[in-house]
Amino acid sequence: MSLLSLFGVSKRYGAVTALDRATLSIEPGTLTAIVGASGSGKTTLLRLIAGFEMPDEGSIMFDDLQIAGPLRVVPAHKRGIGLVAQEGALFPHLSVSGNVGFGMKSRSDHAAVDALLEAVELDPAIRTRMPHELSGGQQQRVALARALARRPKLLLLDEPFSALDAGLRANMREMVKRRLMEEGVTGILVTHDQQEALSFADQLAVLEDGHVVQAGSPRELYLQPRTEMLAKFLGDALLIDGMVRGGETDTPLGRVRVGRATADGPARVMLRPEQVRLVSWSEGTPTAEIISASFEGPITMVKFRAAGLTYTLKVPSADAPLQGRASIVLIGTGHIIPQ
Amino acid sequence: MLCGRAKRPESPVLSGDIAASLPAPRPLRLSQRSGVFALAALVAGLSLIPLGFIVVVAVTSGWDEMMRLVFRPRVLDLLIHTIWLEAITLPVASLLGVGLAWITERTMLRGTRWWGALMVAPLAVPAFVQSYAWNSVFPQLHGLPGAVTISLISYLPFVYLPVAAQLRRLDPALEDGAAALGTGPAAIFWRVVLPQLRWPICAGALLVGLHLLGEYGLFVLMRYDTFATAIVDQFESVYNGPAANLLGGVLVLCTAALIGLETLLRGDRRYARLGAGAARQPVRHDLGRWRWPAVALLAVVAVLSVGVTLATLLRWLWIGGAAIWRVDQIGAALGQSIFYAVLAGAITTLLAVPMAWLTVRAPGKLQRGLEAAHLYVGALPGIIVALALVSITVRVALPLYQTAATLIFAYVLMFLPRALTGLRSSMAQAPVELERAAMSLGRSPLVAIWQTTMRLAAPGVAASMALVALGVANELTGTLLLAPNGTRTLATKFWALTGELDYVAAAPYAVLLIVLSLPLTVLLRRQADRTLRA
Repeated sequence: MSLLSLFGVSKRYGAVTALDRATLSIEPGTLTAIVGASGSGKTTLLRLIAGFEMPDEGSIMFDDLQIAGPLRVVPAHKRGIGLVAQEGALFPHLSVSGNVGFGMKSRSDHAAVDALLEAVELDPAIRTRMPHELSGGQQQRVALARALARRPKLLLLDEPFSALDAGLRANMREMVKRRLMEEGVTGILVTHDQQEALSFADQLAVLEDGHVVQAGSPRELYLQPRTEMLAKFLGDALLIDGMVRGGETDTPLGRVRVGRATADGPARVMLRPEQVRLVSWSEGTPTAEIISASFEGPITMVKFRAAGLTYTLKVPSADAPLQGRASIVLIGTGHIIPQ
Repeated sequence: MLCGRAKRPESPVLSGDIAASLPAPRPLRLSQRSGVFALAALVAGLSLIPLGFIVVVAVTSGWDEMMRLVFRPRVLDLLIHTIWLEAITLPVASLLGVGLAWITERTMLRGTRWWGALMVAPLAVPAFVQSYAWNSVFPQLHGLPGAVTISLISYLPFVYLPVAAQLRRLDPALEDGAAALGTGPAAIFWRVVLPQLRWPICAGALLVGLHLLGEYGLFVLMRYDTFATAIVDQFESVYNGPAANLLGGVLVLCTAALIGLETLLRGDRRYARLGAGAARQPVRHDLGRWRWPAVALLAVVAVLSVGVTLATLLRWLWIGGAAIWRVDQIGAALGQSIFYAVLAGAITTLLAVPMAWLTVRAPGKLQRGLEAAHLYVGALPGIIVALALVSITVRVALPLYQTAATLIFAYVLMFLPRALTGLRSSMAQAPVELERAAMSLGRSPLVAIWQTTMRLAAPGVAASMALVALGVANELTGTLLLAPNGTRTLATKFWALTGELDYVAAAPYAVLLIVLSLPLTVLLRRQADRTLRA
């Protein structure tokens, strides 16, 4: 049973369609990342779930109850859905404990505030500080503690790490993930950073032009993206034309397995760079003519020509061919992008 | 938390089918804004009463009569007078207001707090007291030069105050950022600071422009005819509704043009500062050799705007001695002035809150219309509002005729724009994310607005109340017409005495009007100074 489900939700602002029949379901206890370029509708989606906007069409179910749709609209403050905004949105006129206690039943429960601050790895001594006296990371932690104080079943995270520096960001991400798992809170993270999405979530939903293009496990989306755009969005990808015959595809880079059920004929195949190995050349194998190799630390960008076409590939520096020829070995299964 | 939840069918398709098959009425969609909308629409509706009155009069007076009264050289003269007055006063007031605010807020001059207080002080001196004092010192100053001069010194604080408040609140990080991009101080002012002052400048200039359209006493004493003076003349000479009311109609058109211009110049860009926490203290500049010219400018403005009038009043007091201090009469007038000022200030500000919130949070065409309905009424001369309320109470609700309630309602209508323009600038400073955060923490929309945006706008709310109270204490024309029998406020008593040419006896009332308003201006500055820290 899903905790949250969106059925064909659309939202328009004047002539602009921010969200177009978006459908998505989220299981309890999972972490979902909603990714997409800016303007793809992810913030609108979040605001619809939170209740700050009403859908023009479609419905949203939360915890077995329709919270937005033709049957009823539950206002934001009665949804019991937590929110951590982009830069925390702490109340500037309240101290840390005032902020954390804002949503609690008993607002002067110091023990509870301290416990929450400790849970987000803050020293309870900062209880009396004002928001402007906190660092960006501390503000975000307080915002998280404030949202968790109400024990929401679902917590929305609106790019909460985007204002933090890289080291702090990974740290915060781990902490948030741990917190949500331990408390059994379902989380939805909105982000434009695919790396962040892949490492944070059990489920990924990718938005493009207001559509949910694909939703699934990060692994599934990474290895079996439904569109080329998606393939490129989630990481480096080699997109090659090939000819399918009997569960295998012939490509300029050689032969690669594809699913048994794939119909014979021309197809577009996606390979991740780590599926392509360049080994020392031997007779009768698919050949790569190395054009250039630029060293970038752990990896080397190798540009090569195979069957008349040029490709660029990230290769582990340890065994990167620098010149001459190399044999191409394809690993794993190639993914056919549906046309 | 979700209460009283009903078990829904598991399949979404099923629930969709049920919804489709039920011929149920479209469910009530409780938008967060609908309540606020209704309140703002109600206040806008009340504000439309005087306009409605004029429309009714125009319609009932007939086409020929209207043509005869509106299209005549006299009306063209008044229009030209009005345009000259606005075209000279508004640019000068904006320029001076921004310059003075910058000097007092952003330079290292000594005593900027005191200079700032002096810049606001003219708010405590009613325009008719100003022009009266100037009349007796420089009788040769009249006509357009006189009207512009007295208008500037009386109304400059309306631009200065919001601009100074905004300068205090600007995030200095933006200026630092511009400096880091290699932008010099002058360029930073033009490219970073000034654009962010657009709202307060426009709001302030609009307020000045509206006062120019509506002021009566000042222009009578400066012998400069405007629509307002013509309307009162018309009303007093013939007690003949249509002529005065139709002139009022032309005046309403002028107001519409002015509001349109302001809306055009102001734009609808959002200036709320994103991010949490309070801003740091703004940077102050060292003026170097420009220090003395800056001090000279402040001093000249201070002398002209309060010095001349205070000196004149002191002379009257000196001449009058102890005999003019009739404690019983003066005390009664003082009490009544305070009563009306405080009550009207609180009620007006409260009623302006829904509209201010809508303008900031949900700008749109309809909202703009509602806002115009709030604003236009401030431009109607007090006598038009008063006339409308007199006619309506006499015809429809006689028990309300000449009661305190009607008078306060008139004040509310007249000073709604003051409350609104002040409120909306300060509410634009509170990020909308805070309201959302409060709602996601279980606050209903109204409570969320109250605990975040209104809490952060508290200095602006206090400023609005003070501004309205100041206006009420100084209001003359409407009070003369609408006050219950026997009511004598400081302003009406002063006007009565000057009308009897008893300048000396009038002096204590003028002084009291100023003294009463002074704490309000001080309070207003202190409130605006208070940062967002609790």
